[in-house]
Amino acid sequence: MSSPLVEARGVVKRYGPTTALADGRLTVLPGESHALVGRNGAGKSTLVRILTGLQAPDEGTVHFDGEPAPPLTDRDAWRRKVACVYQHPTVVPELTVAENLFINRQPLRKGFISWRRLKSEAAALLDTWDVRVDPEARTADLKVEDRQMVEIARALSFGARFIVLDEPTAQLDNREIERLFTRMRALQDSGVTFLFISHHLQEVYEVCQTVTVLRDARWITTAPVADLPRQALVEAMAGETIAEAAERQRAAEPAGPVLLDVRGLRSTAYDNVDLTVRRGEVVGLAGSSASGKIELAETFTGLHTPTGGTARLDGAPLPFGDVRRALEAGVGFVPRDRHDQGLVFGMSIGDNATLSVLDRLGRFGFVGTERRRHVATALIERLDIHAEGPEQPVSDLSGGNAQKVVMARALASDPRLLVLVNPTAGVDVKSKESLLARVDSAREDSTAVLVVSDELDDLRRCDRVLVLFHGRVVAEHRAGWRDHELIASIEGVDHG
Amino acid sequence: MADTKAPPVKPVLVTGTGSARTVLLRRARELALVPALLLLMVLGTIVNDSFLTERNLISILGASAALAMVVLAESLVLITGKFDLSLESVVGIAPAVGALLVLPAAQSGWGTEFPAALALLAVLVAGAAVGAFNGVLVVKFKLNAFIVTLAMLIVLRGLLVGATKGKTLFGMPDSFYSPATTTFLTVPLSVWLAAIAFAVAGLVLKYHRVGRALYAIGGNPDAARAAGIRVERVMLGVFVVAGVLAAVGGLMQTGYVGAISANQGQNMIFTVFAAAVIGGIALDGGKGTMFGALTGVLLLGVVQNLLTLAQVPSFWIQAIYGGIILVALMIARVTTGRAQD
Repeated sequence: MSSPLVEARGVVKRYGPTTALADGRLTVLPGESHALVGRNGAGKSTLVRILTGLQAPDEGTVHFDGEPAPPLTDRDAWRRKVACVYQHPTVVPELTVAENLFINRQPLRKGFISWRRLKSEAAALLDTWDVRVDPEARTADLKVEDRQMVEIARALSFGARFIVLDEPTAQLDNREIERLFTRMRALQDSGVTFLFISHHLQEVYEVCQTVTVLRDARWITTAPVADLPRQALVEAMAGETIAEAAERQRAAEPAGPVLLDVRGLRSTAYDNVDLTVRRGEVVGLAGSSASGKIELAETFTGLHTPTGGTARLDGAPLPFGDVRRALEAGVGFVPRDRHDQGLVFGMSIGDNATLSVLDRLGRFGFVGTERRRHVATALIERLDIHAEGPEQPVSDLSGGNAQKVVMARALASDPRLLVLVNPTAGVDVKSKESLLARVDSAREDSTAVLVVSDELDDLRRCDRVLVLFHGRVVAEHRAGWRDHELIASIEGVDHG
Repeated sequence: MADTKAPPVKPVLVTGTGSARTVLLRRARELALVPALLLLMVLGTIVNDSFLTERNLISILGASAALAMVVLAESLVLITGKFDLSLESVVGIAPAVGALLVLPAAQSGWGTEFPAALALLAVLVAGAAVGAFNGVLVVKFKLNAFIVTLAMLIVLRGLLVGATKGKTLFGMPDSFYSPATTTFLTVPLSVWLAAIAFAVAGLVLKYHRVGRALYAIGGNPDAARAAGIRVERVMLGVFVVAGVLAAVGGLMQTGYVGAISANQGQNMIFTVFAAAVIGGIALDGGKGTMFGALTGVLLLGVVQNLLTLAQVPSFWIQAIYGGIILVALMIARVTTGRAQD
């Protein structure tokens, strides 16, 4: 057995009070493709940041080829050892491929850049690694997959033979993924070692030889892919939840009439989606980050216009691509990120909670101050927001309470359809409970609820959970599903 | 997906003709304004006999030299992805500092009566100092460039008015006026200086690592940093260079006018931005060439000259000038086929 190319032992990393990585271990042998898997928050990205020299571990050691890792400040030394290709590009879009390859180390002639040599050296480099890209092309015009290959080629030209691919397939379609894998295998044959991070387990089985599983910031196992059947891999990722699977069967709800009826909805992010939500029904949408679940949910709130298909709300066509009209049609919305889309942080709780219903609070566009105060106070009580009053700025609130304000805004318009995207993200346990209690009460007043979430706890409240995979609905789980069943279909293990 | 048959790797190599076409297209973007410029020249020749004379053409160049320097300065800052509004006040205050140092107290100077050469050096130092100050605030303290330089614009203008008590400074040594008065091959020195400055800047931007670093920083600062470019240091340097260039522009303006009024350079920044953007410099960084910026300056210079020759009533000149800038922007948008960000 050859000595490991990369070896990390007992790595600990804390950010303030949270421990992002409690026991990180990784041993990568030269010439293999090594998969790193784990659910969100398992510590994958932290481990990658440490392995690529962006951060120093609080405890533990990292060795490359038996030598200790260089100091953080010695960027050149790191660059000769390891490179990471991220989901977001680290190239300059306006410059040509050739220039991006040799940025800040362009070949000189008498102190000036020799464009001819730059071009020929870039062509030679791309040729060496068999990257079929025109060195003269503007980098912004490249396909994602070609851009990734350019970044890999650049890393290789520094001498690095260990490449971290951070969810490289997230933005690719199936054919592009296959092409990327073909190239990965070719590079592997010429001596490049990969650390492959992906949420799609079948990809792990396709290109990797060894897999390391992280869970809850800890190393769980490292095993040859061939020795770890899919079921065992999912169990390693999900933990012991299989035994304690929630068995509670929800009392069969009196099925209300269909409120949201979606037929054959298509766009770039999802394809041919059929979906119904009844009055008083809570439907969950699950899937990995690239599954299109968020785009699908946002379509119903008027943020996107689908390229085909229909959606009817109570028989009337749902207006697409117009948030205002969707709101008027009776759609309430908790957006995916309260910092980006949810709240105006400079404004007060009252302003934020009533932002979407101002036209109901007065005439001719004037806002009745007293009425708004009244409405806002009622919302604060209804949602149990811990605040001094409607005048308090939202920026003072904790994450949980701020999220309740977002929820209050969604409920303020008395929606018929409530769309919740990651409703409990970054929220403490207690606020989580009270936010999810809202979902139950929405059921009682026969609102239809669509919940998009990565959190199993959110989805457990749902009457049904639909799973999206690469933009298609691939599975439906009735309430009472076991965790590993849902995770397996999210990760694409039981199909594909 | 495992059962999806992988198609054979398709060569995405662009063929020779395609590659030549993209290069040509990129060239075309740089040259976008040349047809418009030529059209204006033809129009001018038809409309007015005196337009296409050597004297008139040289006067257009002479009148545009100062603007050209400031546009050059602003373009460098814009390519790096930042803003510098205060350059128009540098145009006023930098030569004024030199004048105040050289003039006796009787002529509203500080009475230090520096030798002319030293005073001229002080002009450049003043420009550099303002640039460095802006740079430190923007780069090191991470303040918003737009607001910082807007404040500096006001502060510097106020300092100039305060230091001169609103009076116009004149009677400086001849060397203060020499950029505009001395000629070489019948063309004023200021024009030669501006031409050399543009040539050098263009060369550096295209053929020097520092120049390419500006594009990298403006296009994607994180990628630039990852590539080992000292982003902060380069940005700071760009602010300083821009200050110096604007100071030189101010000196040219002084020579052209023959004195330094307290509002020298005022409102110039709007024209500067117009010329830069018409010339294809992107406001959000990473795009544009010196040649483009130069055509932007020349276009505005020719328009200004034509309006004067056509004896348009002075009350209407501004409205027409602004309208023409708008039209030029639209033409540039159509010919380049790309959004102006």
